[in-house]
Amino acid sequence: MKRPWPALLLLGVTNCALAQQTLVIGSKRFTESYILGEVALQTARAAGAQAEHKQGMGNTGILFAAIKSGSIDLYPDYTGTVARELLESEASDLESLNRGLQSLGLGVAVPLGFEDTYALAMLDSEAQRLGVKSISDLAGQAQLRFGLSHEFLNRNDGWPGLVRTYALPQAPSGLDHGLAYEALAARQIDVMDIYSTDAKIAKYKLRVLLDDRHFFPEYEAVLVYRLDVPQRFPQAWAALQKLQGRISADRMVAMNAAAELDGKGFGEIAASFLASPGSSSAGSGGKASFWSLLFGDDFWRLTRQHLVLVFASLAAAILAGIPLGVWAARTPVAAQPVLASVGLIQTVPSLALLAFLIPVLGTIGTWPALVALFLYSLLPIVRNTYSGLTDIAPPLRESARALGLPAGARLRLVELPLAARSILGGIKTSAVINVGTATIAAFIGAGGYGERITTGLALNDNAMLLAGAVPAAALALLVHALFELLDQSLIPAGLR
Amino acid sequence: MLALDNVSKSFGAKLALASTSLVPTRGRTTVLLGPSGCGKSTLLRLMVGLVSPDAGRVLFDGVELAPASIDAIRHRIGYVIQEGGLFPHLDARANVTLLARYLGREAAWIDARVGELCGLMRIPADALARYPGQLSGGERQRVALMRALMLDPALLLLDEPLAALDAMTRRELQTELKEIFARLAKTVVLVTHDLHEAAWFGDEIVLMREGRIVQRGSLDDLLARPADGFVTQFVHAQRADPRLAVAA
Repeated sequence: MKRPWPALLLLGVTNCALAQQTLVIGSKRFTESYILGEVALQTARAAGAQAEHKQGMGNTGILFAAIKSGSIDLYPDYTGTVARELLESEASDLESLNRGLQSLGLGVAVPLGFEDTYALAMLDSEAQRLGVKSISDLAGQAQLRFGLSHEFLNRNDGWPGLVRTYALPQAPSGLDHGLAYEALAARQIDVMDIYSTDAKIAKYKLRVLLDDRHFFPEYEAVLVYRLDVPQRFPQAWAALQKLQGRISADRMVAMNAAAELDGKGFGEIAASFLASPGSSSAGSGGKASFWSLLFGDDFWRLTRQHLVLVFASLAAAILAGIPLGVWAARTPVAAQPVLASVGLIQTVPSLALLAFLIPVLGTIGTWPALVALFLYSLLPIVRNTYSGLTDIAPPLRESARALGLPAGARLRLVELPLAARSILGGIKTSAVINVGTATIAAFIGAGGYGERITTGLALNDNAMLLAGAVPAAALALLVHALFELLDQSLIPAGLR
Repeated sequence: MLALDNVSKSFGAKLALASTSLVPTRGRTTVLLGPSGCGKSTLLRLMVGLVSPDAGRVLFDGVELAPASIDAIRHRIGYVIQEGGLFPHLDARANVTLLARYLGREAAWIDARVGELCGLMRIPADALARYPGQLSGGERQRVALMRALMLDPALLLLDEPLAALDAMTRRELQTELKEIFARLAKTVVLVTHDLHEAAWFGDEIVLMREGRIVQRGSLDDLLARPADGFVTQFVHAQRADPRLAVAA
């Protein structure tokens, strides 16, 4: 297990060094972040910079780790998030944020012109009829039925604070967010909580009520960047600064809707925004079908990436896992520590392991994904090598010794062949599990079929999700069949 | 040849072998006989270094068995256990030739030797292409003996080699093996719990009980001059078995 680490680290670092001339933009795993990432990418490229966009890398924690380590140079975020989650402070004005981030070599800049915060919304027609424009106006409408998400009902910056600030008389009921839109449209509720740039605002013709007493914290969209970006990419940075104040909340809602409701690509949405920042990007073009998505242009690239992730990590796990299993089988004091450690790795959730590996390896993408898959592959291989060897009947082991074969020859000529079925079984298990686990790698920009799954999740697009999940499942079956064939040729005939 | 010099062995708190000395007679068959748990297998395993003595020494041609010397000594000892100990992943021929191939013997020499042993052990050549799982119990023991004899060892150690066979096959192999041992003039040490088998093979019988040698001698010695009551008891318990009428 020790040997591959330095090599992987070295390669990871080299990878970073080579990437220095490219402006690397990250984004979080939801529609709005994907779109803003694309907007930044195309803006930088239009200014002549070499740039790339690592889409949907993960949650705030992963993005923050990536930008601190220099794996990415900038990503879109929100002032309230930076303050609360990253700096753990309440002050969310740009000046305070920049003071807090400076020591990390980071800053926030380019307020894009809209906020994505909690808000209350009603059907526009209903609001017009009642003359409700702001949250204050709700105080006089005690008959209105509130259907609020459970999270909103319990957050300090949600209902408990809101009801104090505005002295609202209504008693809300808890409701799943996904159902609330339908309930509102069917007039089973009158008021719901939303994110202010929700794609469905336009679709359901909602009115977002004005927060006239400024209760909701500010979640102003900004760019978080490494402080060396303006100097390393002066032209791109100048162009990015011109995005300041250019994206209105309505425009963001329209762009989110173009992705989530019309199934348009993020790149296309960003391009049409940059071409005409003033107009709405609503247009024709429904969602693509499952079949056209399945064998889309990216199919072979994703397949290749997925295969590399699965088999490169598997090869490393075989090279490290079999010797580890042999060592554990031969050294009784080592057996339990070795088996317990590889077992322990298995209990670390994959996203947590990936997030942990990013700062360790100093990079995102393929390398941390490979290392994580390698670590997960170890258990079945080490365990089956160990049990395959220790399960050999003692008389057979003694016969080999009594023949006068030295330890190495016994291992090679007798013990490993006798354990072959078990060892191959472990490798097969690792390979099949790897195919599934490798889909997670897309969360940190390592590609593979998971890219479609993460996009599908972000867009709530089942066809896209299936276009990633189905080939992953098919690949798992294929790998399984392949190993069944390998069994035929690798397991000695006398053992079958 | 082989000499055990005051060797003793315990497994945990259990004494398996009290201090014992033994030199099997060159060119003859020595049988280690006794009830299960008497230490006869431990004694045999000490001879091939599968067990190390707590005290005393095991010498082969004057060289003490030790990690550095053991493999070379084992190449001069043939060892066969109850179920043969054939490796299931290798066919019979590969089992027989494994050590010779590992030691880099020439293919022509190996072929000739295998041919010789096939004749000696009366194994049809096509049986050698089969895996141990496809052989009968008797065939397996013949192949195991071929493997043990492959490098023409100076010493042959057999641990209950016929115990797992049916009566018919067993009788047949007993007859054949006695002939073969006589023809090869090998020094043989054979472990059995069966008085009949001991009498059949043994130029000398070493009767053991609870980790000690009780008496050494021919069957006649054991019958005529029992060292103690146990010898009489052991001998008569088995002679009462009607199947032994032939042997007596």
